[in-house]
Amino acid sequence: MSEHELRVSKIRDGTVIDHVEAGQALNVLAILGIDGSEGFGVSVGMNVPSDRLGRKDIVKVEDRELSQSEVDVLSLIAPEATINIVRDFEVVEKNRVTRPDSVTGVLSCPNRNCITNADEPIETRFDVVADGVRCDYCATILRADIADHIDV
Amino acid sequence: MRQDHLITATQLSRDDIEAVLDRARAVADDPAAYADRHAGRVLALCFFEPSTRTRMSFDSAAKRLGMNTIGMGDVDSSSVSKGESLSDTVRVIEGYADALVLRHPSEGAATLAGERVDVPVVNAGDGAGQHPSQTLLDLHTIREDHGLDDLTIGIMGDLKYGRTVHSLAAALTEFDANQHFISPESLRLPRSVRFDLHETGAQIREHEELEPVLDELDVLYVTRIQKERFPDENEYHRVAGEYRIDAETLEAAADDLTVMHPLPRVDEIAPDVDETDHARYFEQAHNGIPVRMALLDTLLENANPDGDEGMEVDR
Repeated sequence: MSEHELRVSKIRDGTVIDHVEAGQALNVLAILGIDGSEGFGVSVGMNVPSDRLGRKDIVKVEDRELSQSEVDVLSLIAPEATINIVRDFEVVEKNRVTRPDSVTGVLSCPNRNCITNADEPIETRFDVVADGVRCDYCATILRADIADHIDV
Repeated sequence: MRQDHLITATQLSRDDIEAVLDRARAVADDPAAYADRHAGRVLALCFFEPSTRTRMSFDSAAKRLGMNTIGMGDVDSSSVSKGESLSDTVRVIEGYADALVLRHPSEGAATLAGERVDVPVVNAGDGAGQHPSQTLLDLHTIREDHGLDDLTIGIMGDLKYGRTVHSLAAALTEFDANQHFISPESLRLPRSVRFDLHETGAQIREHEELEPVLDELDVLYVTRIQKERFPDENEYHRVAGEYRIDAETLEAAADDLTVMHPLPRVDEIAPDVDETDHARYFEQAHNGIPVRMALLDTLLENANPDGDEGMEVDR
């Protein structure tokens, strides 16, 4: 994308999450626990033309780096995403997300009868399977609707 | 079987299954040899929802191994009704017993219990999840009649919520079995079970009617369709009626077809089937004793590897 097409401005320091599946930008912010009240500068582009994805979303967060567990969950809803670390307007690091083997404590099980939804001192744990995630306790499989079950 | 707990049938290899079934056969052949094997040990029967045969079957199996059993009594009058978590309950009971048998209305309860305690845990049914000890006795029954390879089985009824079905289907993938699943559309196998079956490359087919496959079957495994699964009672009666068998239905079946049912049955198998050579559901229930004895014996042996087969007692 050339300079004159830029829809959101460059950031000085922070993280750019690019190549997010169109429509998932707000879920990315939800995973990161960002709702604006933290004071970070946040820019969101939605349905931006992309050579690779057709259309994509893009999220820029100033002065904020991502933890591994955030990246893990991000990979589930935005498997094509690239994470760019920006310092002084330059991209100093560019990483593709990789799918983890499992995610712990981030998703809630959609099965209301699962023991993880009872009043137990227990963290959810999901195995990452071919095209979704699977509850380690009740074996329920979660696919396209993963973003609806992010428990942050 | 080198397992600490029995939580789901998917954890069992063919060798695990055959080892328990071989032991069950040995128990059935010479029960006296096992009578004091675990004398002095205690089995806790933790039933968080009503059960008659599973609870009594484990109770009897434990006593025939020389064990004592303890139970929770009525859940309504126990600490559970005071709001204690399952995690706490099993941690407390762990101190009272050498093994736990757990029946609980929530899926995944046995997995949680297994993570919380060090003594062996047997899942005796977790919601609509799994019921693997039932599967072992089902397999024992099938093996005695037909063997477990080159088997064609029809599993009919409530495949969605039927935990005995989920466990049996998973275990059969360890053998050379063709599985036919017969149910109304609304009670098909859940996605998670189909996922596992496809992952193993199992040969499965789904049908809405029994008739087209009946004559191919070695075993017909019937389960109960429960009224509470249907919002409308008329709909329940209409659907359940289509999955009911009687002696006349079975005239089209192979002479050596074995008809099984985890029981209790309501009216999905007519009483006139009891008098045919096909009926095996009462023997199936009785097989719960040697199979659960073999299972408890195996798990206790794994948990106490020093060769101590229970405390010797003078009689």
